[in-house]
Amino acid sequence: MSIQKLTRIAAATLLIASSAFAQSQDIKIANIVEMSGPGTTSGVMFKQGVEMAIKEINAAGGISGRKISYTSEDTQSNPGVAKGLTQKAIDNDVFAIMGPVFSGSIMVSMTESKRGETPNFTGGEAAAITQQGNPWVFRTAFGQSVSFPKLARYINAKSKKLAVLYVNNDFGKGGQSTIKQLLATGPTQIVAEISTESGQIDFSAAVIQAKQSGADALFAYTNEEESARLLRELRKQGWNKPVIGETVLTSAKVVELAGEAANGAVAHVGLTVEAPQLQAWGKKYQAMYNTVSDHNGVKGYTAVYILKAAIEKSGKVDRKAAATAIRNSCFTAKQYPNVLMDVCFDDKGDIDRESFITEIRNGKTVVAETLPPLNKK
Amino acid sequence: MTDFFQLFFSGLATGCIYALAALGFTLLWQASGTINFAQGEFVMLPAFVMVISLHNSMSITVSFAISVIVSVLVLGWLFKRGLVDPLFKYGMMPIVVATIGLSIAMRNGVRAGYSSEPQPFPLIFPDKVYDFAGVNISASDMGTFLMALGLVLLTQAFLSQTVTGRAMQAVAQNTESASVLGINVPRMIFYTFAINAVLAAAAALLVTPIYLAKFDMGESLGTKAFFAAIIGGFNNTRGALLGGIIVGVCENLAAAYVSSAYKDAVALIIFMIVILFKPQGLLGQPVDRKV
Repeated sequence: MSIQKLTRIAAATLLIASSAFAQSQDIKIANIVEMSGPGTTSGVMFKQGVEMAIKEINAAGGISGRKISYTSEDTQSNPGVAKGLTQKAIDNDVFAIMGPVFSGSIMVSMTESKRGETPNFTGGEAAAITQQGNPWVFRTAFGQSVSFPKLARYINAKSKKLAVLYVNNDFGKGGQSTIKQLLATGPTQIVAEISTESGQIDFSAAVIQAKQSGADALFAYTNEEESARLLRELRKQGWNKPVIGETVLTSAKVVELAGEAANGAVAHVGLTVEAPQLQAWGKKYQAMYNTVSDHNGVKGYTAVYILKAAIEKSGKVDRKAAATAIRNSCFTAKQYPNVLMDVCFDDKGDIDRESFITEIRNGKTVVAETLPPLNKK
Repeated sequence: MTDFFQLFFSGLATGCIYALAALGFTLLWQASGTINFAQGEFVMLPAFVMVISLHNSMSITVSFAISVIVSVLVLGWLFKRGLVDPLFKYGMMPIVVATIGLSIAMRNGVRAGYSSEPQPFPLIFPDKVYDFAGVNISASDMGTFLMALGLVLLTQAFLSQTVTGRAMQAVAQNTESASVLGINVPRMIFYTFAINAVLAAAAALLVTPIYLAKFDMGESLGTKAFFAAIIGGFNNTRGALLGGIIVGVCENLAAAYVSSAYKDAVALIIFMIVILFKPQGLLGQPVDRKV
């Protein structure tokens, strides 16, 4: 073998080895979200938020000098698939998992992230997620245990007889039972509980049930597509009483899909790009993806930056240290500008921060009121 | 009682949309002896053609006209030439399997090529609600019902009153005799496929403001339309209308008076009852077969 040949082989080996070394130095993140099925809207927004943050961080030099590499996979809005993908991510030794967004999926998949001792940021809002004692799961938005007390206060002030319409999955049932519990001692009486299906198309019977109940307001707790169809049906049947929701009801996607039918809908939201703190970020997201972000885009984006803040706070790139740095900690927007709003985590992975009452007026989301954090001292 | 009527009228509108899609099943069955399990996706595709046209600032009328042309070319001519003609000689089963494959390909093609997210679609009827003795009926429900009913009746009149329509029926009844009588059989079969494509585009126009344009919007519509066609009678165009209305109305009543959880099972239950007691469907004619 000539010297020239040997030099070529050595150079190629060195190149492969150095690239493999660089790869192993990357902080690997698995983005496991709903890119098809009923959770598509939520999952795609969350995924885009995560990817936007990763691109920014990598462009700025990474975390502690290490770049982030990531994969985005589709759960098909199916808890079984979500669990399988999480298992695969653990086997691939990822540093953290982003998603899923659906409560039913994270309830199943988080057993795998617990087994792999890997921080898992979820968009799920069902109260039960953080009640399982899993030290590796962190919310990116309010759980029902934080958002619903704020919402219940609002409903108590606005309605005497309330019809509750919910989607028959973990997310919807969690919301239905929590609001029922919270309103049990207040002046508002629940006069109808209407169950609907995930992916339901025709809401005429559900709306008639709400009208029959004699309710003076409707609380709607369904996912984006269904919320839009419900609003269209409510308008079609001439419903002229308040429609109150939690987060989803006044989200950008619902407004886009429901059109004029969304006017007048009111919701308590943890995150909205219409909030003064998030407006600049919202414009950046829109410029990048040519669509208005809903709360799920913000969830995905801030999750990556909270992970970054936790790694920097702990001073080392270590899963356990990062998870410990998040629990019982607060991250201020002043110190970490890309977390966008001051946020505090408790020992269970639940978060608390300011939130908003938003209303749709002339097709635009308007922040009507800013509510303080639930546990503000 | 007013609620019952409200549910009934709302179900009528939904039922007529099922009937339009079901009519496609019966037409293709009668003309070419094929069952098209991509019928739901045949509604989804024109919906996306309209969405793309609307995004390009075209009016709803122009968008619909474009979707009709694309439907006739792709879902009529191309479907017949590319899939049905080559497989026809192997019998019905290969065509059935191929249309199932086609439905999966169309769904995933739109999902990958356009978007997996639902797309908004403008309302085509005025956003008004009318009160008839306490029963609120929306202009949207009335418009959908009248337009779908009109299309079904027009198709039926075309088939029974015009020379071309009768020639198409003759082809459906006996291809060889029709050929001997000088009827251009391939052309008549193409007309059937073209009419099916136009009906699918019309169904898309009516259904998309409610369903929203999404790659999987045709899944449940196709299934319900298939059940409706069987319930009404697979070899009768009026049967498709009756089957569609029965499914639409019963679904609505069951969701309100039983539980919305069982809504989707209603069509299946009626389908099973009809198959057990009247296998040819409510308006279908029994067909004798030699063994």
